Amino acid sequence: MNAVLPQLPALQVVIPLIGALLAAFMRRGGPAFVLTLAVSWTMPFIAIALLLQTLTTGPISYHLGGWEPPWGIEYRVDALNGFVLVLVSVVGAVIMPFARRSVGLEIEESRQAWFYCMYLLCLTGLLGIAITGDVFNAFVFLEISSLSSYVLIALGHDRRALLSAFQYLIIGTIGATFYVIGIGLLYLVTGSLNLVDIAARLGSVWPENSRAVVAAMAFVTAGVSLKLALFPLHAWLPNAYAFAPSWATAFLSATATKVAIYLLIRFYFSVFGAAIEIDLLPIGEIVIALSIAAMFIASLIAVFEKNLKRMLAYSSVAQIGYITLGIGLANQAGLTGGLVHVVNHALMKATLFLAVGAIFYRAGTVRLDDLAGIGRKMPLTMVAFSVAALGLVGAPGTSGFISKWYLAVGALDKGWWLLVFLIVGSSLIALVYVGRVLEVVWLREPASGISVAQEAPPSLLWPILVLGASTIYFGFDTDWTTGIAGQAAKDLLGGLR
Amino acid sequence: MPTLTNLIEHYNYAVTIFLMMTGLYIVVARGNMIKKLIGLSIFQTSVYLLYIEPGKIIGGTAPIIDPAFTVYSNPLPHVLILTAIVVGVATLALGLALVVRINEAYGTVEEDEIFEKDRET
Repeated sequence: MNAVLPQLPALQVVIPLIGALLAAFMRRGGPAFVLTLAVSWTMPFIAIALLLQTLTTGPISYHLGGWEPPWGIEYRVDALNGFVLVLVSVVGAVIMPFARRSVGLEIEESRQAWFYCMYLLCLTGLLGIAITGDVFNAFVFLEISSLSSYVLIALGHDRRALLSAFQYLIIGTIGATFYVIGIGLLYLVTGSLNLVDIAARLGSVWPENSRAVVAAMAFVTAGVSLKLALFPLHAWLPNAYAFAPSWATAFLSATATKVAIYLLIRFYFSVFGAAIEIDLLPIGEIVIALSIAAMFIASLIAVFEKNLKRMLAYSSVAQIGYITLGIGLANQAGLTGGLVHVVNHALMKATLFLAVGAIFYRAGTVRLDDLAGIGRKMPLTMVAFSVAALGLVGAPGTSGFISKWYLAVGALDKGWWLLVFLIVGSSLIALVYVGRVLEVVWLREPASGISVAQEAPPSLLWPILVLGASTIYFGFDTDWTTGIAGQAAKDLLGGLR
Repeated sequence: MPTLTNLIEHYNYAVTIFLMMTGLYIVVARGNMIKKLIGLSIFQTSVYLLYIEPGKIIGGTAPIIDPAFTVYSNPLPHVLILTAIVVGVATLALGLALVVRINEAYGTVEEDEIFEKDRET
């Protein structure tokens, strides 16, 4: 065991990578699923071990191949990315049992092994972005996760899935290339690719290269914002989420955008914020303005959406607005709220998209009009759905309330009363679209099309119930989420210049 | 005049930025999916140049320590771009594969015709 423990950071990325290769060789859906399940259930143990270690002994620095940073690639785990690693791996592990039946229904047998292969590659990429301390390594992982997620989306059963995947490929590649331009400029100015080293060198070269550094920041911001679907760069997201296989939507909505958010936070606070007077630039104001636009406009579009999956996708854009609002506020309470909402929103959206997947499994449709009265046919699924949906609104007693509470406190700390009203106001719009769904599924007479639908089978139901329960659990016991997020926010803000 | 001399001395960057904008323009302006992918490739290629140009020093050699040479080029950007080229090839291959599947499903690779067909159904 002592030989394995120091290698955990590498294993976190290498195990799913090898798993992806093996899954591709298996050729058949069944064995590939068992392998993927084993890999997915191993990941949280490694991630939690890493997080506990950093919380007790400080950041872990792992030198890949024994090369000292900044020459070699460094894997660096601190409270912030330990938190992200745990989130991604736990979500992957909890929702994995759902995949067998859902993927079995939506994807033909000959492609199932490839589906699991692509999922494991995507997991590799996401964990890699979160763990690496090297900006170019992060780009490679970004492309690994992106290329595999294009394939995951293209495997949807509708032909429009192909079109959405293609549009996402174009936009995603532009985003990744912008990111490369940004880190290329940073490399020209500092001569380093290591995040910590860049931050250390940037301070002294900043005055004479301010134009290059500002351009680098703009490129990185635009590139990563395309990936995290910051309004108005979210155009790829609704269709990609709506036409991807149900399980892939749940996984991507809970993890892919969250890891991109992590990357943005890392650049803003650990690199640019730590090295230069970031207050000189109106970057926080820009992010806050776009966040508010996302909270209102995307929520309003969701109100008028007829397809349940697309409605939830627009709701994702709005909820990402709350997270970036916390980043823009950049004070202890605001940033904690943003980070907590990364976790809370991931858990809520995974619940909602899995529930939609279960509905599709039983009823064969996700159009809201066809789903009248489905709550009476699938009560447990829809109870979990309703709880998570109320979490989106921020109802007291759910985890969504905790995140919005911290965001409101963060706005008050800045003395921005208006922003508190905007947070509450946008939540009321969320209440409208959530209320519309709840009215249709619970209060109406069951539609004829779903008369044969019944409760989802256990392998689909349990992940939904576990995730739905977490929405309530983290609404009351907040030590774990706000504790670690608060610690990470403190570290980040403490490093600011 | 200093601006002009500056531009002439750094003409390679002007070419890079021209390619970058050309690629991006093709991606945005063209409705044909194959042309979009070509534009995307041009855009990515310009970034390869952006990395390699500053790394190359005129008269510099590969960084092998030898008393005969004193000027070396920076090898790191070249290595990074080797990786980026692989990523670019993979992206282009996947994009073309998707276009083949889209052509099978819709019978066309023109975006406006595809939107038209989706609206009908």
